Amino acid sequence: MSDRLAVRKTYKLWIGGAFVRSESGRYDHATGAGGRTVNIPRASRKDVRDAVAAARKAAGPWAGRTAYNRGQILYRAAEALESNRERFEAAEVEASVDVLLHYAGWTDKLAPVLGGINPVAAPFLSFSLPEPTGVVGIVAPDAPPLLGLVAEVAPALAAGDVVVAVLSEAEPLAGLDLAEVLGVADVPGGVVNLLSGRRDELASALGAHRDLNAIVDAAGDTELAAKLDGLASETIKRTRHAAAATSYADAVDDALERLAAVTELKTAWHPVGA
Amino acid sequence: MSIETRTSIVWDYAPAPESADHVRLRDRYGVFIDGEFMDPAEGRYVPTINPATEEPIAEVGWASASDVGRAVEAARVAQARWAGLPGLERGKYLFRIARLIQERARELAVAETLDGGKPLRESRDVDIPLAAAHFFHYAGWADKLEYGVNAREVAPLGVVGQIVPWNFPLLMAAWKLAPALACGNTAILKPAETTPLTALMLGEIIQEAELPPGVVSILPGDGSAGATLVRAPGIDKIAFTGSTAVGRDIQAALAGRQVGLTLELGGKSANIIFEDAALDQAIEGIVNGIFFNQGHVCCAGSRLLIQESVQEEVIGKLWARMGRLRVGDPLDKNTDVGAINSAEQLERIETLVAAGEDEGASRRSIACELPERGYWFAPTLFTEVSPAHRIAVEEIFGPVVSVLTFRTQAEAIEKTNNSRYGLAAGIWTDKGSKAFEVARALQAGVVWQNTYNHFDPTAAFGGYKESGFGREGGPAGLRPYLRVVR
Repeated sequence: MSDRLAVRKTYKLWIGGAFVRSESGRYDHATGAGGRTVNIPRASRKDVRDAVAAARKAAGPWAGRTAYNRGQILYRAAEALESNRERFEAAEVEASVDVLLHYAGWTDKLAPVLGGINPVAAPFLSFSLPEPTGVVGIVAPDAPPLLGLVAEVAPALAAGDVVVAVLSEAEPLAGLDLAEVLGVADVPGGVVNLLSGRRDELASALGAHRDLNAIVDAAGDTELAAKLDGLASETIKRTRHAAAATSYADAVDDALERLAAVTELKTAWHPVGA
Repeated sequence: MSIETRTSIVWDYAPAPESADHVRLRDRYGVFIDGEFMDPAEGRYVPTINPATEEPIAEVGWASASDVGRAVEAARVAQARWAGLPGLERGKYLFRIARLIQERARELAVAETLDGGKPLRESRDVDIPLAAAHFFHYAGWADKLEYGVNAREVAPLGVVGQIVPWNFPLLMAAWKLAPALACGNTAILKPAETTPLTALMLGEIIQEAELPPGVVSILPGDGSAGATLVRAPGIDKIAFTGSTAVGRDIQAALAGRQVGLTLELGGKSANIIFEDAALDQAIEGIVNGIFFNQGHVCCAGSRLLIQESVQEEVIGKLWARMGRLRVGDPLDKNTDVGAINSAEQLERIETLVAAGEDEGASRRSIACELPERGYWFAPTLFTEVSPAHRIAVEEIFGPVVSVLTFRTQAEAIEKTNNSRYGLAAGIWTDKGSKAFEVARALQAGVVWQNTYNHFDPTAAFGGYKESGFGREGGPAGLRPYLRVVR
């Protein structure tokens, strides 16, 4: 029996690529390994605003990367998650790795599948191409805490969007651990921002934020969904409500719907002829 | 009054050779069948030669008919299980291959340059990264095939035979294998006679990636091995990249056999320079278009069409730029133009260049010191070329550009299309509307605007007319390897 005392981890929010405590100084309890109670940050409305600001700053550069490069980073994220699998529930982490892999493959296929040439009846070359919508707010379901989150984050990243996600309120540790995995997977700072705390408070702050382009709600709470819809209407945010993904198939079978929900379509007209 | 003369300073390049020390080459490679390297059935080993030095690099087992039979058998056995894997899992194997190519990228680049003579700068910056990118791209298609071809259900073809050329050995292997495997086919790859090394190293990578045995077999050899593969029973599809002459033979050999076929063949592609082009930029494009990879490029911009009003200026600038091309040691990182791939190819180039002179075109080749050993050809420019000259009609596949001129846009289009080939074309103009109008009128599978020789795994590549049929790259590249069930 070793006398060595374990070094315990301080759980933190992930905002702008930095691991930070809530600016509010508040905390909540969660159940960690071995049933031990741990403290987690209880993020505030100000943390939401900081996260959206960090995401907005990261949005342009992330969208400006080549589709190939974003695919490589998502693949790297899958590799990193696979090599950290012992930190998560086995079936859930395997499905999550596969989901990341699936969406890694979408980055450079979205344009030919969602876009195309428009055979307009005039001497123009007209084409419509998908573009990322921008900053996407995600409200993760309570369960499964990892897969339910990854299933919403992966399509947004593949489409070229950046993310501010509210983690499972019931089981926030998986999401906070995921931050440490993505943090070593070449995901640029600010592209993914993860907040633990009270869902209702954080989701409402996200939904009301005027610099958020879309909200993906997988919380499965009809009251919250209605509230988010109302808030979204203020700045015409794109909204998608979805059931929590509980399997790999759940997360990928409707891949195009997930991708299209966080995508704009731009049509360009180019004259043809001298 | 004395006139001061200044001695011009010659800023010569210091040699910057890439070390080949880190390349792990075996002395001898067998044929790769059913997941193992093994002696060829007839025991024949042939050295593969470095065309820059004429030195042997390694011995390579040449496949015979019974090796082809063994490989087809292994591929047939492996096919059902391979196709039965979920697309995601097939994709994972391809992702592994892509990663392993990236990890061994520098080694593969040096081997490619040693075996084929191309400048290291190209094998390092183009061939190998693009090969990895192709595997990445098609790895991502493996679980999305229905999206790629707009179908509800698709099925693989079965066992495919793939014959690749010597100009981009590993890259062409990637173009062939990645989509075939993603779709659930098993494959037999026949690398080119003069450049089998990187394909065999890919065999090692395939072992390392733990692909199920038989999913890929690799059979080096000469044209006879390819001919045997084409005629082998149990093959469902042939994909060939190479000369139009051989492509024609293959199409004839498959007549009436219900075997799928795609052909990526020769070209005599036109690079069209309009008077309103950014000329300095165009000069770089012309040089890249024809001297990239010693002109051993099926889509090389070997016909240079210049609008008459800027003819003198373009030729003057081009000739000046050609004088600065560095020809020599392919392993030197400063080299622009490396060695000609083989003695046979050098002879073909020399024959056609002699024909150009005999028919009355005016030849200029740059003055450069060529190494004593190895196969070399100085970058060459032909002017006063008539559209009927052999050098304006036939594919030279070397660092030789033939200049033609035109007055109007209509004439440029007509001259460009006046070819039995239709692989690629370049358009240089600052006017977008004109570029799109010309692009629409050209009978060419790829049209580059203000760029040339640009390739990407997401962009389909292939020819019109006698440049072949079928496309490689992007979702279009899936179609030749699957069947739409419904």
